[in-house]
Amino acid sequence: MPEYAIETAALRREFGRNVAVAELSLAVPRGEVFGFLGPNGAGKTTSLKLLLGLVAPTSGGGTVLGAPLGNTAVRARVGFLPEHFRFHDCLNARELLHFHGRLLGLPKRGLDTRIEALLLRVGLDDAGHRPLRTYSKGMTQRAGLAQALLGSPELVFLDEPTSGLDPLGRLLVRDVIDELRAAGATVFLNSHLLGEVEATCDRVAFVKSGRVVHEMELASAEGTLDVELRVGRADDTLLEGLAAFGTGVTRDAGLVRMRATAESVLPELARWLVGRGVALYELRCRRKTLEEWFVEVMGEDQRPG
Amino acid sequence: MHGTLLVARLTWLETRRRRIALAAVVCGLLFLTVFATAMYFGFRHVAAQGPVNIVEQRIAATVLTVAGLYVVNFLAVAVAILLPIDTLSGEISSGVIQTLASKPVDRAAIVVGKWLAYLAMTASYLALMGGGVVLSMRWFAGYVAPAVLAPMGLMLLGAAVMLSITIAGGVRLSTVTNGIVAFGFYGVAFIAGWMEQIMALFNNSTSRYVGTIVSLLSPADAMWRRAAYEMQPLAAHVLQAGPFGVVSVPSAAMVGWAVAFVVIVLGFAVWQFRRRPL
Repeated sequence: MPEYAIETAALRREFGRNVAVAELSLAVPRGEVFGFLGPNGAGKTTSLKLLLGLVAPTSGGGTVLGAPLGNTAVRARVGFLPEHFRFHDCLNARELLHFHGRLLGLPKRGLDTRIEALLLRVGLDDAGHRPLRTYSKGMTQRAGLAQALLGSPELVFLDEPTSGLDPLGRLLVRDVIDELRAAGATVFLNSHLLGEVEATCDRVAFVKSGRVVHEMELASAEGTLDVELRVGRADDTLLEGLAAFGTGVTRDAGLVRMRATAESVLPELARWLVGRGVALYELRCRRKTLEEWFVEVMGEDQRPG
Repeated sequence: MHGTLLVARLTWLETRRRRIALAAVVCGLLFLTVFATAMYFGFRHVAAQGPVNIVEQRIAATVLTVAGLYVVNFLAVAVAILLPIDTLSGEISSGVIQTLASKPVDRAAIVVGKWLAYLAMTASYLALMGGGVVLSMRWFAGYVAPAVLAPMGLMLLGAAVMLSITIAGGVRLSTVTNGIVAFGFYGVAFIAGWMEQIMALFNNSTSRYVGTIVSLLSPADAMWRRAAYEMQPLAAHVLQAGPFGVVSVPSAAMVGWAVAFVVIVLGFAVWQFRRRPL
C-alpha cells in the first residue's frame, strides 16, 4: 500500500495562454486531513479537478491512491463533493444515492440500508423522498455530502463543502471530517473559510498563482508562537541571547518581540531572563492565527476573498 | 457496459420526467387525432359518393400516408434534436457532469448511455406516431401500406443522424449554439434534397452532385427520401418532385453511409468528451 494518498510532481495545466496551475507538487500522506488554501483564482479548483481526472494535465503527473491520475477504476475508492453540488433535480435523494451507488459498483444488497444510514447522518432522512428541486441550497449540499461518502471512500475531496450551509450544516461537515479521520480516510479540503480549516486540518498548503508557496503542520504549529516581553532594560546582549530561543527578535522601547520556535521553550526563556537578573514585567505569547499566516504568505494584496 | 446502461437508465428517467417529453407526446397525439379524424370523414365521404376508381383511391391513400409520415418524420427529427439538446452542454455548465465523471465510469459510457436513451425515446415516439398514421389509414381508408418497417427504420436512422450530431455538438457548444448548428445541418440537407430532386427532373447533373455531396455531409433528409420511395413504389413516379415525391432515390450505399456517419459522429463525440476539461 503506497504511503501517500496523493502524490504529484510539477503538475501543470494551461487553458490557452492562461496558466491555471503552474507547478503543483504535493505529497499528502494517507489518513491526513489536508487543507488547500489560496485566494480566488489561485488554481485550487483546477488542482482538485486534475487530481480527480476531470481535467487532464498539460504536463507533469502524479498518483491518487497509488493509481496514475485519470485512472477510472480508482474512483470507486474516492469521494468528491463539488463546490456547488447539483444533480438532476427530478430525482429524489434516495434515487440519487441509489444511482451513484450502482455507478460505484456497490452491490444491490445492503445498498438501501447504507443509503438510509447516510440520509440520517446528513439530516435528510425526512426529505429523502422529495425531488431535489424542492431542496434548499443547504439540503442539496447535504445530499451531495451523502453522495461523496456513499462508497466508504479512502480519499475524499471536499471543495468548499460548507458554502451554502448554515452553522449546523458546518458543524455536520466538521463532524464528518472527524469521523473520516477516525476511519483512517484521507481528506483533501479546499476552502477559504480559514477558521474551518484551522479546526479540522492536520496540515495545510498555501497556493498562489498555481503554485504551492508554503506548507505547514497545524497540529504542532512549529514557529508560530509570537512572544512579547516587557523588560527593564533591553540591551544588545540581551537581544543576542534571546536569539537562542527563537527568531525575529526586535526591540521597541521596553518591548521585545520575537517568535519562539516552540511552546516548550517559554519556561526556559523565563528562567534564562530571571537568571540573568533581567527585570521581567510581562511575558505574553500568542499563537498566530491561520488568517494571519494567510495574509503573511499571500501578501497584503491577496487577502482571502 | 454496466456504466453505459446505468447512464441510459438515468437519462431515460430524467427525460421522461421533464415537461419536454410530455409536450412532444401531447403534440404528437394532437396531430394523430387531427389526421385520424380527417381520414375518417374524408374516406367516408368518398365511399358515400358511389363506386370509386380503385387506382385513384390507392394513389390518394398512398399520398396521404406519406404526407402523414412526412410530418411524423419531421416531429421525430425535432424530438431527436430537442430532447438531447442540453444533455451534455447543460450538465457541463451546471456542474452535474462533475459528479458523474468523477465516478468509476468511462466518459464514453456517459456519451453512449445518453445516446442510447435518446435513441430509444425517439424510436418509441416514431413507433407511436408512425403506427398511428399507418393504422389510421388501415382502419379508415382500408389502405395497407406495402412496406412499413423498412421505411420506419430509415426514418429512425435519419433521426439517429440528427441525434448523434446534437450529442456531439453538446460536448463543446453551448445549448443554443448547438441547437442552431443541429437545425442548420438538417436545413442544409433538406434544401439540398429538394435541389437534387428538382434538378434531377431537368437532368441537371451538377446540382444533383451538389445535392448528393450535401447528403453525404448530412444524410438525415436522404433517409426520409429513401423511406418515402420505399413506401410508394407506384406513386413515386406519379408525384415526381415535391416533399413526398422521389425522383432521385438515395442509394443503398447512402443508407450504409448514414449508419457509418452515426458511428463516426458518435466516436468523435466520445473522443472530444474524453479530452474536454470538465
